[in-house]
Amino acid sequence: MAYIEAPSPTPPRAPPSPRLLRDYLAGGAAPRFFFDRGVALRFSDLNRGTSLGGRLADLAGRSVLVATGSQLTTALALIELDGRARRIAILPPDVTAEHLAAVIAGAEIDAAVIDAGTPQCAAFDRLPRVTCAPSIAPKNESPPGRRRSEWVLLTSGTTGVPKMVMHDLAGLTGAIAPASAADGAAVWGTFYDIRRYGGLQIFLRAVLGGASLVLSNAAVSVGDHLQRLGRRGVTHLSGTPSHWRRALMNPAIAKIAPRYVRLSGEIADQAVLDALRAAFPRASIAHAYASTEAGVAFDVNDGLAGFPAGYVGGVRGGVEMRVFPDGSLRIRSPRAASGYVGSGQRLADADGFIDTGDIVERRGERYYFIGRKGGIINIGGLKVHPEEVEAVINRHPQVRMTLVRPKRSAITGSIVVADVVLKPPADSASAPAIELEHDILKLCREALPRHKVPATIRFVLSLPVEPTGKLKRRHG
Amino acid sequence: MDEMTRVAREQGRRLAPLDDELVLADCGLDSLGFAVLVARLEDRLGIDPFTAAEDAIFPVTFGDFVKVYEHGIH
Repeated sequence: MAYIEAPSPTPPRAPPSPRLLRDYLAGGAAPRFFFDRGVALRFSDLNRGTSLGGRLADLAGRSVLVATGSQLTTALALIELDGRARRIAILPPDVTAEHLAAVIAGAEIDAAVIDAGTPQCAAFDRLPRVTCAPSIAPKNESPPGRRRSEWVLLTSGTTGVPKMVMHDLAGLTGAIAPASAADGAAVWGTFYDIRRYGGLQIFLRAVLGGASLVLSNAAVSVGDHLQRLGRRGVTHLSGTPSHWRRALMNPAIAKIAPRYVRLSGEIADQAVLDALRAAFPRASIAHAYASTEAGVAFDVNDGLAGFPAGYVGGVRGGVEMRVFPDGSLRIRSPRAASGYVGSGQRLADADGFIDTGDIVERRGERYYFIGRKGGIINIGGLKVHPEEVEAVINRHPQVRMTLVRPKRSAITGSIVVADVVLKPPADSASAPAIELEHDILKLCREALPRHKVPATIRFVLSLPVEPTGKLKRRHG
Repeated sequence: MDEMTRVAREQGRRLAPLDDELVLADCGLDSLGFAVLVARLEDRLGIDPFTAAEDAIFPVTFGDFVKVYEHGIH
């Protein structure tokens, strides 16, 4: 699920002729950089230069797969391709070779942008390939090209061929407020990879907002990434709640002082919002909801988990939300994808609403996310969303993060168990594990019906996080 | 036994005095209580004889229940 930015006060309008990514390079007062590990590349120079070795013309009008090994070259290629390629498909780093062939066929790819880090793969051999360099060389002329390129993003399915989702730049950027003068000095940073929807939003915010961008790098540890973000003076930083919990556990969190903190991609519970408030007392903290399919739906800026009940029912910033009887959140939005590519699967229902698969529950004047449709644990016929139990355990002052999962039971089919990561003992008075376990179970019994209380609690040093930044769950 | 008492207390239930003849259905724990107990015992003993068994096991008395574990461990 879920993603970014303060709700835009006016519905996004489609400009008469599409504004292209490269149009945002001109006019900025200060030079702007992409920061990768050990590299500061002035991408505003793409105005007068190229990273594609003079071969951009070969890609004009084609369906181009951006299959670079680094996010830096991805970023450069996207700026050059927008408006020139017929279709820009972005390959995330974890697509397997066998799925790659299906992506190339399904998206009717007829050219690829690669770099030194692109994995060797027979699927590329039949395609014309253009190499993107992590540098910008002067160029004489550019192919004109002002077409409305199609953008194809891949979803992060845990199994099977990733779904390919069709967007255009107007939809992808529809939630981004126009740059203000204050953005000039902005340095965006993210824990995401820009080759997926969540990270791409941050890349687009930096490019449209006249800012620089510190790219994440899978080879860099959380601590080193925080150090890098600090050195580059990050002002706007975005990640999933799991990213943020890991960052909060790292002493290098002291190296950064962002003025804008954003969470998306998972449920932001009150505990993580409060912890971020304590860590960054002066920052504005927003959690956002988006998905690759539905686009950016809304931002919540009041520091509270969930979202105001008033968001549902009406139209806000062009986005309409409904909650179906099964609790699922449905979205109709001009920022939504137009459809799936290479598959007959329908994206929206007959009324144009997309089922997000996220389940919400109304308590008073607010809706709260309680989990995913597919993630339900069945305990002798009673249903539990792991996320709702995690939110309760995360309230405990000594707990940093929690994974609740099903465990097979011969008696009830499944039973709920919890893996818990504690805050470093320095942060809090540490109690012995057994007392802590009792304490956490007591908290659960007070807040949850019996069947939702974990049978056992295991204290672990860390929890695995997906490349998307979401907590790794094994759905049964 | 400790674990069983603890589970019963957590579940807000009174445990009947335990002896081998006690019928489990009357002991004070319901099926959720037993599921929790079995999961706890697995943490402690490293086995869940009920899930590990090829055929479903239905102990009737407390004595049967203890035997399932004795069997599983040996």
